[in-house]
Amino acid sequence: MQDLIQHIINGVSLGSIYALIALGYTMVYGILQMINFAHSDVYMVGAFAAYFVARWFGLNNSPGVGTLITLLIVSIAACSLLGLAIERFAYRPLRRAPKLNILITAIGVSLFLQFSGQLIFGADPKVFPNVIEDATLFYIMEVPVKSFDIAILGVSVCAMAILHYLIYYTKLGMAMRAVSVNGPVASMLGVNVNRVIGFTFVVGSSLAGIGSILVGMKYPKIEPLMGTMIGLKAFVAAVLGGIGSVPGAVLGGVIMGLSEEMVVAYLSSTYRDALAFGILIVILIFRPAGLLGKYTIEKV
Amino acid sequence: MKRNIFAGALTILTAISLMTSCTKKTDELVIGEYGSLTGNDATFGQSTHKGIQMAIDEINAAGGIKGKKIKLITYDDQGKPDEAASVVKRLITQDKVIAIIGEVASGRTMAAAPIAQQYKIPMISPSSTNPEVTKKGDYIFRICFIDPFQGYVAAKFATENLKFKKAAILRDIKNDYSVGLADVFAAEFKKMGGTIVLDQSYQGNDLDFNAQLTQVKSKNPDVIFVPGYYTEVGLIALQARKLGINAPLLGGDGWDSDKLNEIGKEAINGSYFSNHYTSESTDPVVQDFIKRFKEKYSGEVADGLAALGYDAMKILAQSIERLTEVTPENIKNEIAKTTDFPGVTGKITINGERNAVKSAVIVQVDNEKRKYITTVNP
Repeated sequence: MQDLIQHIINGVSLGSIYALIALGYTMVYGILQMINFAHSDVYMVGAFAAYFVARWFGLNNSPGVGTLITLLIVSIAACSLLGLAIERFAYRPLRRAPKLNILITAIGVSLFLQFSGQLIFGADPKVFPNVIEDATLFYIMEVPVKSFDIAILGVSVCAMAILHYLIYYTKLGMAMRAVSVNGPVASMLGVNVNRVIGFTFVVGSSLAGIGSILVGMKYPKIEPLMGTMIGLKAFVAAVLGGIGSVPGAVLGGVIMGLSEEMVVAYLSSTYRDALAFGILIVILIFRPAGLLGKYTIEKV
Repeated sequence: MKRNIFAGALTILTAISLMTSCTKKTDELVIGEYGSLTGNDATFGQSTHKGIQMAIDEINAAGGIKGKKIKLITYDDQGKPDEAASVVKRLITQDKVIAIIGEVASGRTMAAAPIAQQYKIPMISPSSTNPEVTKKGDYIFRICFIDPFQGYVAAKFATENLKFKKAAILRDIKNDYSVGLADVFAAEFKKMGGTIVLDQSYQGNDLDFNAQLTQVKSKNPDVIFVPGYYTEVGLIALQARKLGINAPLLGGDGWDSDKLNEIGKEAINGSYFSNHYTSESTDPVVQDFIKRFKEKYSGEVADGLAALGYDAMKILAQSIERLTEVTPENIKNEIAKTTDFPGVTGKITINGERNAVKSAVIVQVDNEKRKYITTVNP
């Protein structure tokens, strides 16, 4: 029983990280109907930005809430700028081109970031600074709940709450929803589509930035290819929940995190990645729109 | 017309490249090296390269081998077995090397060895410990001990020195080295009266080991045997301590990197691993080597892989020195005759299976220091 509770804590903690990154995929898909493969590499850049800033300011070994907030701000800023730049220079010129072109461009941007990262940061793994003091906060049935897991859960829930508010209770959010339903019509009604799309990238990339700090905190090894696997899993989580659906991405992330944890615990670690992609295949066969996705009629 | 010009240019280019590859300088001996200079275990390749380069610089400074300077061509395999195979092919077919040094990781050496064997070019692995490596053919050698010995050393140390009875194993299931070591450890540990309470696996590049470690915790072992590479071991140590596991970790030479304690921080302190050499040795050969290494690489302390790279190059150079006619086949025969070579990593004798027979040391991690604990002889 104690084991099971521990596994659930581990799984939820991992799942909330997947959820944050999955949100970035889902938001961009919702608005542009494109899969932003570079998203996972934006996440990588966020981790490195935080790493270098922490080194310059000597925050490497001063864990605390101050450090956490500083690094979050740094990473969010770096990711937003990068997300904005990618949208402006790689995707916007192709806005009217066939979908396949944008998809291939996204893969190109992803590879560009990965290998530039290897050249600039070096390919060997770096050690992420110590962000939060390791402490046991409380116990659930004698299972210690750590400051890390609470911080991860806390930061993710806050980020998702802010996102929810942004999308459903602000003018900009309304504009985003309008563009996602029908871009040209929204534009006719006075919505600045370019600005809304740019903003979507900023928000999605910020979430990746937050995710990168949380991952760095829990698993302090960062390297230029760190985004690949976690990005793929987050993408599967987004598809599982229903790509384009914000609550779906969160649900998908948590399901992915929990099921991975359980597979490793009770079957074998060999099936960890197989499970993620197995889920993807099953979902695509039985519910192509995902758990919470809406079926849309393709207009020809 | 345009196409004709293009075709013409292509022909000329091909001709030039063919000519340049035929004009071989005869006043130098070309040796190839491949290793993981980048990638997840980049320090393996980089350390080894430093050792090899130092040996070559020393030999060249002393006038080379029989008046010929050694030229080293190094390629990065990014830590990928398929890349290792293709760069070795390039070393042999394009660069026309007479011998090859590499790789550290058994999986990558095994991917490249069949190619060296096929083209009959001798290959010396400085530090691949999986038994299968040298079974790939009679041109493949190594100058380190093999996994059965390393697994035996770990089991013997755990039962005799530490008096441990219950061990858990965490193996990297995709890594030949790790699986080999884990199998031998399990068999030897049982033979010496211990029990394996849990045998779990992970995959290289994983970040999260909480699921496996939660299982380990419930079995409450005296020691956790983790025959993996330093990045994962560092993370495993961190996560184990966070889950409240206090048993020490035990491992092999795959831990040998400064990054181990950078990632693992104080969580890895007190854990043990078997290695090829220790920089704390009082042997003058070792101390002299460390001094020269520090001078060359701005104060860096040579790790075991650098020492093995250095020894591999020295053995190769010595074998070539003894020849009258330098051909890959003669070099192969000469390497096989190596006996009692006084290397930095101990006396090296190549046996009939082209493996080295030598002792291992056990060291304990204490921040950036590796405290010497004991030596285990074959």
